[in-house]
Amino acid sequence: MDWGSIIESLFRGLIGESFIVFALAAIGLNLHFGYTGLLNFGQAVFMAAGAYGLAMMVATIGPAANRNFGWDLSESTLFWLGIFVGVVVFPVVFALIMGIPTLRLRADYLAIVTIAVAEIFRIVVRSPTPSIKKWTNSSDGLTGFSGTFYDMSPFSTQDRYLFNLFTGNQMFLVIVGWGVLAIGATICWLLIRSPWGRVLKAIREDEDAARSLGKNAYSYKMQALILGGVFGAVGGMIRAIGFSVAQPDNFITDVTFFVWVALILGGAGKVLAPIVGASLVYGLLNFSDTFLREGVAAEVIPESIMTGTQVGQVRFMLMGLGLALLAAFRPQGIFGNKEEMALDDR
Amino acid sequence: MTGNDFDDELKDALIPDAGPHAGPATHSSDMSVITSDKIAGVDPQAARAALADVPWEPGAKKPDPILVADHVVRRFGGLTAVDADHVEIQRGVITALIGPNGAGKTTFFNLLTNFDTPDEGTRVFDGHNIDKVPAHKIANYGMVRTFQLTKALSKMTVIENMKLGATGQKGESLWRSVLPFMWKNQEREIEARADALLDRFKLSHMRDEFAGTMSGGQRKLLEMARALMVEPSMVMLDEPMAGVNPALTQSLLGHVTGLRDAGMTVLFVEHDMDMVQEISDWVIVMAEGRIIAEGPPASIGQNQAVVDAYLGTHHHSALDLEAEL
Ligand SMILES: Nc1ncnc2c1ncn2[C@@H]1O[C@H](COP(=O)(O)OP(=O)(O)OP(=O)(O)O)[C@@H](O)[C@H]1O
Ligand SMILES: [Mg+2]
Repeated sequence: MDWGSIIESLFRGLIGESFIVFALAAIGLNLHFGYTGLLNFGQAVFMAAGAYGLAMMVATIGPAANRNFGWDLSESTLFWLGIFVGVVVFPVVFALIMGIPTLRLRADYLAIVTIAVAEIFRIVVRSPTPSIKKWTNSSDGLTGFSGTFYDMSPFSTQDRYLFNLFTGNQMFLVIVGWGVLAIGATICWLLIRSPWGRVLKAIREDEDAARSLGKNAYSYKMQALILGGVFGAVGGMIRAIGFSVAQPDNFITDVTFFVWVALILGGAGKVLAPIVGASLVYGLLNFSDTFLREGVAAEVIPESIMTGTQVGQVRFMLMGLGLALLAAFRPQGIFGNKEEMALDDR
Repeated sequence: MTGNDFDDELKDALIPDAGPHAGPATHSSDMSVITSDKIAGVDPQAARAALADVPWEPGAKKPDPILVADHVVRRFGGLTAVDADHVEIQRGVITALIGPNGAGKTTFFNLLTNFDTPDEGTRVFDGHNIDKVPAHKIANYGMVRTFQLTKALSKMTVIENMKLGATGQKGESLWRSVLPFMWKNQEREIEARADALLDRFKLSHMRDEFAGTMSGGQRKLLEMARALMVEPSMVMLDEPMAGVNPALTQSLLGHVTGLRDAGMTVLFVEHDMDMVQEISDWVIVMAEGRIIAEGPPASIGQNQAVVDAYLGTHHHSALDLEAEL
């Protein structure tokens, strides 16, 4: 067994691109669920919003605008416009679509609508209908939007960096990602310690009490939904840049599920929870994947137990087992406080 | 029962000093300044004395009403939960709203504070028509309510619960929240006011505990104290004494009369007739959604309509009522 590659894989999970993507999405979900009590089961659509906002701006909308209006926007201009569209415009539109009809109603309505919007968006985007395909390129997805980003990379594409963990481009993405994550986590921390964050928690605890004290619960819930969506969009955009493709099936419901796992593992309602949770989820997934593959290859794990092609499924079974154990022995997550959690039942 | 020092200290806690940085920066902090002025402008003694000329009949006009409700009707399917022809609440006094279970008191409270929308009727609070005003804005007008089922915010500490109550907080805007220097000073003032109130309500020892760890009676106290953080001109308490142990009752009564003596208007729902007799200046009786009687507390036990409502028409003596209640 090649322990070197097992360890490398573990660390790529702990600190790599997936960790960054899911930590950002989970920070957003933490604002939604952990602090405001909003049940968002469609965080993947906010991630897709970030990915497609950028990709469509650079690859389809921008060039079409250049053609039709006789503009001459360069690829890098379109890239920065795309970042704005992906991080602000698309998520705000999605949040308004989800929030306006549901945020005055009971919590479960939002939950249903978020699932629906996420699936509708994904299915529409992968539609082969020519009038849609020319904007989103169906299930193959959009490419050719990440050039401007990697052109800024100071790292050589020939070398590997950080103990051979990353290629030059990956290293650049990961460093930018860490920076964005650090800024995002700091903003979240500032928000939560402020009177604004206090209102969110009050709404989570009892919306009517907050309203009786003069807080516009609807407006705060909308702000939280938008802001958490923006965090998700930043994550999704990094995912798309990392893959150099925005593809509908990178934003399936499972993605939302992984964001939830990261948050619950860390402990909802704690600032560090999404970061540590995402790191552990991807560390363990990568570790078990490589470990099992190496085990099968070295015939340490006999074929009667599993074959190499089954590893992919087995690691999710292990994850399910881990979640069951977490629910049984530490339901409050790593950072959660058991006494605090028990207050719900009083 | 209520020492004067209590009233003074309560006033101190309620009315912030006009320090150099206390000037109104937003329109909502304007509101709190107006509220304090109003409280200062109310003479509770005169307000109470003025009730002497008010006739003892349902819908009686008051000399200086802070809240007026007209033809307020609320139906749930076939059931008419509230059908109040005309109600005026006198400013600066304690008014009790009583009535048998299911009379519609809580529903009426919800309608007055816009937590529920009436099918018909208009409501005017302190000169504002509030028919179309969302519930959260009512607090900014100076009317704050508590709930029959206490709403302590369990997973927030007691001091956080308190600080939440302050209106016009700069740090409650998303943009300013990430710039602590924009709101730190105000936050300190709010915290000082919260601590003073906690002290008054003998809750200081719980300051940093989660509100969810408090007993039922302590939660009632916290909810009332938190409501006062709004610096209201009118407080509406839905069964403030329910489930509170008798030793605490006396101190709660003191708090309520203290509010009136600080210039606030109090409307409360209560089943405990001893408490109603002891602290209210005026009593409104509801039964089956209607206002059936009004008058000073001493007049209520004698009122035939009230006796009938509580005990059914086969009873004919006020003594029975006293015995039952
Ligand atoms: N949301 C609702 N849906 C249907 N009926 C309701 C609703 N709220 C209240 N009611 C009905 O309206 C009537 C008045 O209820 P309300 O809670 O106002 O009574 P109350 O006077 O506060 O009683 P209590 O003293 O027991 O608190 C009751 O018959 C109740 O069943
Ligand atoms: Mg009631």
